[in-house]
Amino acid sequence: MKRSLKIYIPLFVCLMALLIVIGCAKKETTLTLVWAEWDPANFLVELAKDFTEETGIKVVVDPIPWGQFETKVFTAFAAKSDTYDIVIGDSQWLGRGAEGGHYVELTEWMKTTGLDKSMSPKALKYLGEYPKESGKYYAVPAETDCNGFAYRRDLFEDPKEMEDFKEKYGYDLAVPETYTQMKNIAEFFHRPDAEPPLYGIAMWLGKDYDAITMGFQQVMWSFGGSYGDPKTYKVDGILNSDEGVKALEFYVDLAKFTPPGSENYYWNECLTAFQQGKVSMAMDFFAFFPGLLAEDKSPYADSTGFFAAPGQVGEDGEFRRYISMGGQGMSISSYSKNKEAAKQFINWFCKPKNQLKWAKLGGLAASSQVLESEEFLKMNPFNPAFVESLKYVRDFWAVPEYAELLQRCQTNWNAAVTGQMTAKEAMDKLAKEHEEIFRNAGYYDK
Amino acid sequence: MRGEVSFRSKSLSDYQLKMMFIMPTIILLIVMNIFPLLWSLVLSFSDYSAINSQAPDFIGTKNYIRIFSQKATWSYFVTTAYFVVLAVAAQFIIGFGLALLLNREFQGKGLITTLMLIPMMLSPVVVGLFWRFILDSSWGLFNYLLSLGPAVLHKITAALHFPSGIVSWFKDAASNARGIIWLTRPKAALFSLVIIDTWMWSPFMMLLSLAGLSAIPKYLYEAAEIDRASTWFKFRHITFPLVAPLLLIALLFRTMDAFKLFDLVYIATAGGPGSATETVSMNLYRRAFQDYNTGESCALAYILLIFIIALSNIYIKYLNKAKGNA
Repeated sequence: MKRSLKIYIPLFVCLMALLIVIGCAKKETTLTLVWAEWDPANFLVELAKDFTEETGIKVVVDPIPWGQFETKVFTAFAAKSDTYDIVIGDSQWLGRGAEGGHYVELTEWMKTTGLDKSMSPKALKYLGEYPKESGKYYAVPAETDCNGFAYRRDLFEDPKEMEDFKEKYGYDLAVPETYTQMKNIAEFFHRPDAEPPLYGIAMWLGKDYDAITMGFQQVMWSFGGSYGDPKTYKVDGILNSDEGVKALEFYVDLAKFTPPGSENYYWNECLTAFQQGKVSMAMDFFAFFPGLLAEDKSPYADSTGFFAAPGQVGEDGEFRRYISMGGQGMSISSYSKNKEAAKQFINWFCKPKNQLKWAKLGGLAASSQVLESEEFLKMNPFNPAFVESLKYVRDFWAVPEYAELLQRCQTNWNAAVTGQMTAKEAMDKLAKEHEEIFRNAGYYDK
Repeated sequence: MRGEVSFRSKSLSDYQLKMMFIMPTIILLIVMNIFPLLWSLVLSFSDYSAINSQAPDFIGTKNYIRIFSQKATWSYFVTTAYFVVLAVAAQFIIGFGLALLLNREFQGKGLITTLMLIPMMLSPVVVGLFWRFILDSSWGLFNYLLSLGPAVLHKITAALHFPSGIVSWFKDAASNARGIIWLTRPKAALFSLVIIDTWMWSPFMMLLSLAGLSAIPKYLYEAAEIDRASTWFKFRHITFPLVAPLLLIALLFRTMDAFKLFDLVYIATAGGPGSATETVSMNLYRRAFQDYNTGESCALAYILLIFIIALSNIYIKYLNKAKGNA
């Protein structure tokens, strides 16, 4: 008995001492950010090293493949998990995040820190504000992005092509200012029988996530169409108006000048088609354009130009130009145990000097000061087009039911471009389905 | 003896011992299977979204009524049925045919059988991804292989100065084969999924058929040989009846699995073009994890479950009959 006491007492003392040491040790704060698995997430890992150096707070970025991104984040929210401190989510998620109580409201904090004034108003509105025009913010722009176009300068600036184009269409071959011009250019360069074949344009037509919606909605808005009345949520007669139907007819027509099988194209397929020299123009998010300037990936890197999405003169004679908003905002999870550290990180990220570092790494900044600087404009060949585009951005419904609304758009518009229904049928069906979603969600009872 | 009695009194009884071994499994089953099953049944009669912080609101059969009143739901069932019939039939024919070919002794039989089983060992996500590339109409290997034959014949006929009509026919055939659009044309997309699923799961059918074929006693064939029975007679009266129970089990597994098809669709077509390849499981996923209509998705899951149970019962009935005959 005495012998065992001799062993157990020192062992017990050592164990207690160890527990005291562990208990007294300063707890290290680690922020976990969740984002989609793409280059900007890697840029953020690099940038966050400076933050850790300055504050001692560790930052871990959890990248999730695009296909599972939304499901994984919202499943974590459903479980009220504190796994993620900061969620860098799509702009459409705002309604669901805010109404579901998953996002922390940042309005007062943003006013205190001045972030509501220092960020680009458009970026802040579409990536952070919910409901729109309410002045309430649930996110701060992280990667500010929008739809843009790349084009082959070697083709556009070829004297023979320029001459032939002018002869055929009666005006100079240049970056299109209207969708009609874009269609002419796509038609002109569409040479499927050439060896190797060349196609007019690569654009988003796919059913994946929000592909065709992001590609088509800007055409719809520019043609004078709209998703519906944001105050009454009435859709029928607005979404399927003549303008909306004509816009879809135009988009379906434009799709005739895309490579075969392009009905499942989204950003990656468009990028690849352009890198392979298959198309004269390609639609994509600005965030992916660095891939077109990498000489090891694209033989046309030296002769690639960029332009902002065009507009269109409506039947009423008015010129409209709207561009689909992309990118994501940083929101703080309501279930995070590190909310103050998360705010500290977001504030640090938005400081102009860090926004500039962010842009140098390859990210797209939202700080007004940075966006207006010459340094930013000259940083990348696509930055001028990006800054230009930001003036015209608009976004999809950001209501909690966005996923259902988006899904119906994807199905019906993709069915229209694959010839399963006419533009009119697709828009009429979609309008009915959207109204049904709003009705079931009780929007018409309010 | 006394020692044994005292041991028994201090330790567990046979019943307690049995329970000790069984309880972990029972608890696991209750927690992981039975409770979720019952809870999802409750949710199927509720207005509930897992993403909202509100408690489930009992709404009776409204979810079921809504699902049945949606025209689209029926089209998803029709799409699924087309897929199940085409894919399972193709897998049955190819799998059983391969098993008949492999059911004999030849050099390298083991290696060939193993190689043929590789597709079913791959993850459906991986299979979906690489078939998406293989079937791509711009740079896919499938169209290239299809065009290879006509392209070679075009060159041969051109070199041998065949009539220009024949030469240009082969040229056109090669060009048409290169331009087949598999995944983004409404009719071809479902067919493409059938091709992918058949490639992946025919080996499974082959494996079970082969197991059944190798279990048939040789003396039956010897007796038939003595009676000078024809090959067809032997197949019709010996091979098929004896292998039928195993074939039915294979068909049962494949039908159940094909009815639940989700991963291949999710990766290869995302239910598109339009909703041409939207299977019930794909739609179930959308309702559950994109729309977060948890109550409605639970109702659809139960409808799917009832369908699968009904189908399985038909198979089981035939299986029992086949067993009796055998």
